[in-house]
Amino acid sequence: MPGPDLKLDHVASLARIALTADEKARFASQLGEVLSYIAQLNEVDVSGVEPTAHAFPVVNVWAADVPQPGLSVEDALRNAPQVRDNMFVVPRVVE
Amino acid sequence: MNYEAVIGLEVHVQIKTRSKMFTRAATGYGEPANTLTDPVVLALPGTLPVMNKEAIDQIIKAGLLLGCEIAPVCKWDRKNYFYPDSPKNYQISQYDQPICRGGAVEIELPGPARNVMGEHQTIALTRIHLEEDVGKLNHGEGVSLVDFNRAGTPLMEIVSEPVIRTADEAFAYLTALKTVMMYGAISDCDMEKGQLRCDANISIRPEGSSGLGTKVELKNLNSFSFVRDGIAHEIRRQVAVAQSGGTIVQETRDYDGQTGESRSLRSKEMAHDYRYFPDPDLMPVEVGEEWKARLRSACPELPFDRQRRLQRDYGVPYTITSVLVPDRELGDFFEEAARLCGKAQAAGNWIANDLLRELGASKAALADSKVRPAHVAALVRLVDSGAILSNAAKEVFAEMFRTGEAPEAVVARTGLGAQSDPGELERWCREAIAANPKSAADFKAGKESAINAFKGPVMRAAKGKADPKRVDETLRRLLAG
Amino acid sequence: MTRPWTEAVPADTRQLSIGELSARMEAGSLSAVELMQELVARTKAVEGRVRAFNSFDEADALAQARASDERRAGARRLGRGAVRPLEGIPVGIKDVISVAGQPLTASSRMLENFVSPYDATVTERLKDAGAVCWGRLNLDEFAMGSSTENSAFGATSNPWDLERVPGGSSGGSAAAVAAGEAVAALGSDTGGSIRQPAALCSVVGLKPTYGRVSRYGLIAFASSLDQIGPFARSVRDAAVLLGAIAGHDPRDSTSVRLEVPDYARGVDELAKSGRKWRLGIPKEYFGEGLDPEVGAAVEEAIGEYRRMGCEVREVSLPHTKYAIATYYIIATAECSSNLARFDGVRYGHRSREATDALDIYFKSRAEGFGQEVKRRIILGTYVLSSGYYDAYYLRAQKVRTLIRGDFLQAYREVDAIVTPTSPTPAFRKGEKAADPLAMYLNDIYTIGVNLAGLPGMSVPCGFTKAGLPVGLQIIGQPFKETELLAIGAAYEERTQWHGRVPPL
Repeated sequence: MPGPDLKLDHVASLARIALTADEKARFASQLGEVLSYIAQLNEVDVSGVEPTAHAFPVVNVWAADVPQPGLSVEDALRNAPQVRDNMFVVPRVVE
Repeated sequence: MNYEAVIGLEVHVQIKTRSKMFTRAATGYGEPANTLTDPVVLALPGTLPVMNKEAIDQIIKAGLLLGCEIAPVCKWDRKNYFYPDSPKNYQISQYDQPICRGGAVEIELPGPARNVMGEHQTIALTRIHLEEDVGKLNHGEGVSLVDFNRAGTPLMEIVSEPVIRTADEAFAYLTALKTVMMYGAISDCDMEKGQLRCDANISIRPEGSSGLGTKVELKNLNSFSFVRDGIAHEIRRQVAVAQSGGTIVQETRDYDGQTGESRSLRSKEMAHDYRYFPDPDLMPVEVGEEWKARLRSACPELPFDRQRRLQRDYGVPYTITSVLVPDRELGDFFEEAARLCGKAQAAGNWIANDLLRELGASKAALADSKVRPAHVAALVRLVDSGAILSNAAKEVFAEMFRTGEAPEAVVARTGLGAQSDPGELERWCREAIAANPKSAADFKAGKESAINAFKGPVMRAAKGKADPKRVDETLRRLLAG
Repeated sequence: MTRPWTEAVPADTRQLSIGELSARMEAGSLSAVELMQELVARTKAVEGRVRAFNSFDEADALAQARASDERRAGARRLGRGAVRPLEGIPVGIKDVISVAGQPLTASSRMLENFVSPYDATVTERLKDAGAVCWGRLNLDEFAMGSSTENSAFGATSNPWDLERVPGGSSGGSAAAVAAGEAVAALGSDTGGSIRQPAALCSVVGLKPTYGRVSRYGLIAFASSLDQIGPFARSVRDAAVLLGAIAGHDPRDSTSVRLEVPDYARGVDELAKSGRKWRLGIPKEYFGEGLDPEVGAAVEEAIGEYRRMGCEVREVSLPHTKYAIATYYIIATAECSSNLARFDGVRYGHRSREATDALDIYFKSRAEGFGQEVKRRIILGTYVLSSGYYDAYYLRAQKVRTLIRGDFLQAYREVDAIVTPTSPTPAFRKGEKAADPLAMYLNDIYTIGVNLAGLPGMSVPCGFTKAGLPVGLQIIGQPFKETELLAIGAAYEERTQWHGRVPPL
């Protein structure tokens, strides 16, 4: 396991969270501590151990392809911060 | 130096289901904005995905049709990235365990002429996986408007190996892929409706070398011809850069089919790191042999196999099969008509020429046609027996197409049947010979073509309803007598 | 017809169980409206001090109670008794579980103005069971925390000591039940978020087996660990609630297709059978860090089981020390992805400062999320980022297998495992706020249960000299909630801790 080499700016950017200088300083130290603590997992011999994704895995959980009533446009847009022409408005996305 | 291109295509195909991939909100195209949503589609807090069985059936069917290996077990992963058209800001996809691996698409390159079959090749596939579509952004002044109707539609990503060499091959690949998808009733592949979307990865290398050049991704190729033109343009662009001593930059370019130009998409401000991990909200899919066998039995014959069979077993020429086969229903229509009348070639001609012309003229779909295979078969039999003549039969067909009547009924109603009174025919023939003694003499003297001089007057007398074969026989008998 | 609660209910109903309240309503000596009125009055009287609720809709609750009374009257006219197990019982709901038409805030600025258009499956089931859905209960923002101090709308106080935390993240649920503001409540438990506040507030809190209760409508924190469960005044009340909310849900792919037993009847049958339980005491749970008074109360409870004739033996869960590290990788990784949807595009807080599409994300999320949520999202983003997945997430999932294996090994010898719920009683507000790791370590006894997907319950087992509650954690076998409840009920019957109410 790598050491706690957390590149906070990069990770916060991936997470799309703007951090204040104050937060950066605090998180760097707090998360450094947490990562050092987490590093103890290096001690564990996990060779040949299967990962657990689900405690009680089953397979083929699905539904038949039968449409069900959804949300009305009003309900769909009820919590929207900004709406125009029954669509959600965001500042123009540049590709 | 000569260069060759190395092209890999990533094709996204929407699967034709009634509800979405991970929730039961209805799918659809052209509906008013945000009317095809539910709490799951909008990723409202607390919502969870549930797989659509039909979509999984369909991708397995696609895999079987393309000869892929179907994974005995596969799982779902989250592809994490932020974008306003992505409701959860992650897309449920398949990362390291796609449901289909390998396989190939048989393609036909353009032949030397329209009516001559082109060379066939196979394009190997890397994988096919299942994921969910995103919503649609509509760009306005200073703002973008998001419609989530499309979000969550089941989407297959079909990835080819980088074995495509030319724009024509890419075009042929898409055409063949679309035909197979439509044969399997997996997707309608209508690019205008976004049901099929294609990105191309293109690089060039000196001919004969095996290395890989810098890859450029070409996006927004939104019609089959734009794919061909865009790729051809990009290959030319890269060759020009290389030949002028420049360096090809790894980038994504947008091809504008209208102007025939491409431009670099401003490289995203942030590097991608999708942070794939198994989606804890979904359970794996296990595909047993029985399930596979059931789907295999639902798989139709592949289009090119059918075309070869029709040519081999029915003796139908390429010019006809290349028209009938790409449309599965048309092919079925043909096979039914051929079976009913036993005259495949004649049936094929009627369908490929007259039926398609009438459908085209009336802008109707095959399913709406009042002419059914039995009509075509009956018409072929009528012509074959001489009951109607081929030029009259054309009129019968048009009438049949208009009314849906059986050809016999059209003949009875319109009098388009062949003249069949032998006494009358003989009388017209005698009159024609009598009126032209010179030609009669010429014929008797051995000038074979002189017989044609009598046919015009006979046909005129018969108002076109005489069977040319019988006219010929009668004239010969009388002239010999 | 409706009278002021003070007249209507001469005796305080705070100590009555669901069974007793139902009996009174059935007998006609109490109406659902009267009970609801009493709770409203009680809530108004104590909320200034406890602050268990983010919001409550008095008119809506009374309308639900009135509808319940009408249903009961209708049944009576037909000569029948009420058939719904929770008819007229007010149940508080953690503000991370969706109720149609009500706010759903997760105690976050991000969702301050969000009103959910749909019911969670558990909400539907509570309504079907006749319950009155009562109020939106406070929590640590997005269920991340162990003290309910991480709420954007203010911390909840422990009703037993208002200077102290009620535990978390379901602190509002525990406090509301303890303070008599609700007969019962729903919470969610990802690493101890039901059991630890139950212990700190002296109520019963049950986390069912993963997959037993649908998560549809529960704002996801860590999808593979989250589970909804009840808070109640007694083990039998918890059994009734679990029976109402459990069962397969086609909208949650991780919910299991297993019959839901009649838990309340099962508990009674097991009690009658006089079954002698085999209980395991994991030595790793009684070491360093365990408050001596908590340890003593738990030892005393174990003694009680011995006196009942239960077989108590030491078991070992050797990978316990890795549970917190494993948990903080898996839970934060999952949360970093689960919380990506909170972006201010379709709903939720949108920064007024945002000028371009990217800005919306960065600024809205910076303004909308609190410190702990940001910390965990960043940690989770890091452990999933390119090059680190195998080292962190995959390795943690493997250690998770070992942790789960420890429990399953122990269950070859014992029916249940008995431990303290929390190493310490309720701590003072602010005491651990600046030290996330210390806060995380507080969950040492509860986290393994989530990683292994097991059912776990905290029952009151005493008080410290300072009068702070102590909880006993009982960990059951997968899907054997009936046995787990029976083991808890057996203890409860012989002790009186659960009957105590805080001096508010």
